Amino acid sequence: MITVLFFAGIREEIGSDKLNIDMENITIYQLKQYLLNNYSLSSFNQVMTAINESFVTDDEIIKDQDIIAFIPPVSGG
Amino acid sequence: MQQDLFKIVHDTISVEEVSNQVSRREAGAITLFVGTVREFTKGKRTLSLEYQAYESMAVKMLSQIGEEIKGKWPDTCVAITHRIGKLEITDIAVVIAVSSPHRKTAYRANEYAIERIKQIVPIWKKEFWEDGTMWMGDQLETTKYPEGKPDEEE
Repeated sequence: MITVLFFAGIREEIGSDKLNIDMENITIYQLKQYLLNNYSLSSFNQVMTAINESFVTDDEIIKDQDIIAFIPPVSGG
Repeated sequence: MQQDLFKIVHDTISVEEVSNQVSRREAGAITLFVGTVREFTKGKRTLSLEYQAYESMAVKMLSQIGEEIKGKWPDTCVAITHRIGKLEITDIAVVIAVSSPHRKTAYRANEYAIERIKQIVPIWKKEFWEDGTMWMGDQLETTKYPEGKPDEEE
């Protein structure tokens, strides 16, 4: 089981701040494809991804219990 | 090292408190950056703003910025507090305080901090305009950032 966190516009498109998904040993790219296929998302264009609060690339493998966050372009400050 | 030099808060930020966090006997300068909510952006009127954060990671990335600054300018001390939630026009969204023995280092390190916040700290701003709302930097064509981050003047 993995936990996926959503923020800003993606959170509004998903309709929730997080999802628990019964998947593991997949890549970030595969998780993105799964979400795009199952939810009404405009895209993951420009989105950065973090696993357990560290930025990773689309090739990174997701393990059981990981917390994945999709991070749209930030606008703090 | 003092606790809580890098914070996400939900209420009014005291500029003096953030400044006091970096005050020390070796310092000959403290630079303060105070980021406030602006009413007009390119002619468009903002009524209010909402900031949302991935709080635990935001604190971690603010701390990382502090480490980066220590690496570049070893004699600095940095404190950053960012507010999230609903903010009104003129409210303070962020305060960055940098102390150092000499002023030039404090100025440079402070500017570096705000530039890095706009690149790596997971905080998002939702604008409430007279005619609608918009997550800044979201995936809609109207607010796309070509470089994947806000313009310098944002």
